[in-house]
Amino acid sequence: MRQVTSTEGTLLTAADLAGNGVHGDDPDVHGKFGIFGGRYVPEALIPALDEVAAEYERARNDVAFLREFDHLLRTYAGRPTTLTEVPRFGEQAGGARIILKREDLTHTGAHKINNVLGQALLTKRLGKNRVIAETGAGQHGVATATAAALMGLECVIYMGAVDCERQALNVARMKLLGATVVPVHNGSKTLKDAINEAFRDWVTNVDTTHYLFGTIAGPHPFPEIVRDFARIIGVEARRQMLELTGALPDAVCAAVGGGSNAIGVFHAFIEDKDVALHGYEAGGRGLETGEHALTLTAGSVGVLHGSRTYVLQDEEGQTIESHSISAGLDYPGVGPEHAWLKDSGRATYHGITDAEAMEAFSLLARTEGIIPAIESSHALAGALKLGRELGPEATILVNLSGRGDKDMGTAMKYFNL
Amino acid sequence: MTTLQTAFAKAKADGRAALVGYLPAGFPTKDGAIAAATAMVEAGCDVIEIGLPYSDPLMDGPTIQDAVHRALSNGTRIADVLRTVEGVAKTGAATLVMTYWNPIDRYGAERFARDLAGAGGTGTITPDLTPEESGLWRQASAEAGIDTVFLVAPSSTDERIEAVADCCTGFVYAASLMGVTGARESISSGAKGLVERTRAHTDLPVCVGLGVGTGKQAAEVAGYADGVIVGSAFIRRLLDAPDEASGLAAVRELGAELAAGVRA
Repeated sequence: MRQVTSTEGTLLTAADLAGNGVHGDDPDVHGKFGIFGGRYVPEALIPALDEVAAEYERARNDVAFLREFDHLLRTYAGRPTTLTEVPRFGEQAGGARIILKREDLTHTGAHKINNVLGQALLTKRLGKNRVIAETGAGQHGVATATAAALMGLECVIYMGAVDCERQALNVARMKLLGATVVPVHNGSKTLKDAINEAFRDWVTNVDTTHYLFGTIAGPHPFPEIVRDFARIIGVEARRQMLELTGALPDAVCAAVGGGSNAIGVFHAFIEDKDVALHGYEAGGRGLETGEHALTLTAGSVGVLHGSRTYVLQDEEGQTIESHSISAGLDYPGVGPEHAWLKDSGRATYHGITDAEAMEAFSLLARTEGIIPAIESSHALAGALKLGRELGPEATILVNLSGRGDKDMGTAMKYFNL
Repeated sequence: MTTLQTAFAKAKADGRAALVGYLPAGFPTKDGAIAAATAMVEAGCDVIEIGLPYSDPLMDGPTIQDAVHRALSNGTRIADVLRTVEGVAKTGAATLVMTYWNPIDRYGAERFARDLAGAGGTGTITPDLTPEESGLWRQASAEAGIDTVFLVAPSSTDERIEAVADCCTGFVYAASLMGVTGARESISSGAKGLVERTRAHTDLPVCVGLGVGTGKQAAEVAGYADGVIVGSAFIRRLLDAPDEASGLAAVRELGAELAAGVRA
């Protein structure tokens, strides 16, 4: 096994945040990626969204802001994260060369820390002293509570009651970090309902509060801001792949719930037309059972949580409840930029069932000594399939978006450990 | 004139504000909603908003969430919403549909506008459709001859108020406070200022909603607005009633109190 860590101390540049000027880049003035995105929110929130967009525009062109963000990513989040080549795992993937981007090694154990540090800095620039956030698996909640503790911000996390139960450890972590965790008992009691409740809080307390949105969904400018703060994953990985292998990978694989880790790793490769981009959604118990979170692969275009995108909905526009063994992928919407990448054909999206994900989860643990998050295990399962298709000549980069410690309860039940 | 415009003209001729009542279709039951809305009209509501129950009502407080959840659990569909509109419109009251955008988007804007007009509906209120995204809907509504109502909020800049008011026909909905739907102890002090700022940009009636639940509050709002919108307080009466008959009686009682309020 070979590891490479990029150690040069180059500062993040505005270009690292802002993209590179082609397809998939900044949305238009109304926040549209093609027909997707936009703003479908109560008028009361428009001034706050305008304020966030304007402040972000100033921040991303401000060297002092970039320097502070870069410093936090290096000295607090633990960036750059390493690449790890996993040959024993790769043997099960048709012998393909599989290389992991180790976001699981960041502080708090998942890629979410990148976005929250950026947005917490933005919160301070906005002159606000309170952050709220939704969380599914609890990773975004933990990351937000962490950044809030670091920067002295009041923090309230909305979490579906079902998710609170299956991610009890993360609830305890958030509380320890000083956050208030509010279980949401409405609707399906999962991520989508936590988002509804966070919006209700925001419209009530918008003068003092920033909604620290956790994924690339929601109204403009959230899809753009969260993408830009997550983009460091792909910026680093692209450079590291060239160092390690002398070439770009044949494919990049990532799990897709809301889609932030996937856009984070994809975005720096969008111009590299020879690099295939594969997103893996939660197939749950299987498409035919109706118990899944296959938003891009089986959903239809609609509006959810302030954005036009693919949605799991019935013929009258009612949201259909999603299912996944992984709380972080259990969401019936998806970021509008993924909808755009899907329709343009630049990225391809597939389903991975609970069983396939858990098999990959176990396989990585046994072959490489790495316990991945169940979310990330969907990307690993995708890489196993893709490797078998492409064969031993292929090089596949997988975004290992988080670690699996939080999932031990689920794993104990699933494997009778 | 649409029936909505007629209703405001009539209230104005009487020298009073109009009373606008909200109730979701399918709550407490499919037929019960028609009965309750009819009771609201008989008690003095000039305009009725029929809510289209939606799975993700992110600007509604607990009372409306509860009612909408029950309506969806009853199997309420768009056909039931249209049937409710038809039943209520027969009373002669101007009857609107209030809905989040996605159900119309999915049903088809032209089809919804046509079917609503066919049911005797006079327009829609779409709280999460911003001026930027509203072009298609305004065109479909104009073709079907129904009104489009959008919201302004205390946080709205004058520029936004102007943009929203330009998209409205019928009336402009002024949200009295920053928050979700639901009755409050007192009316936000920002409501009056918002109505005044809105009037600077439109000749349409300006109605105030969010937080109004008593005759006294209705009288206060009627002092500066063209219409007073009450939703959660009616729903609360129905939720608290032990049976349908007492629920209807409680709705009539509240309706009469509010109707006296707008005439005070």
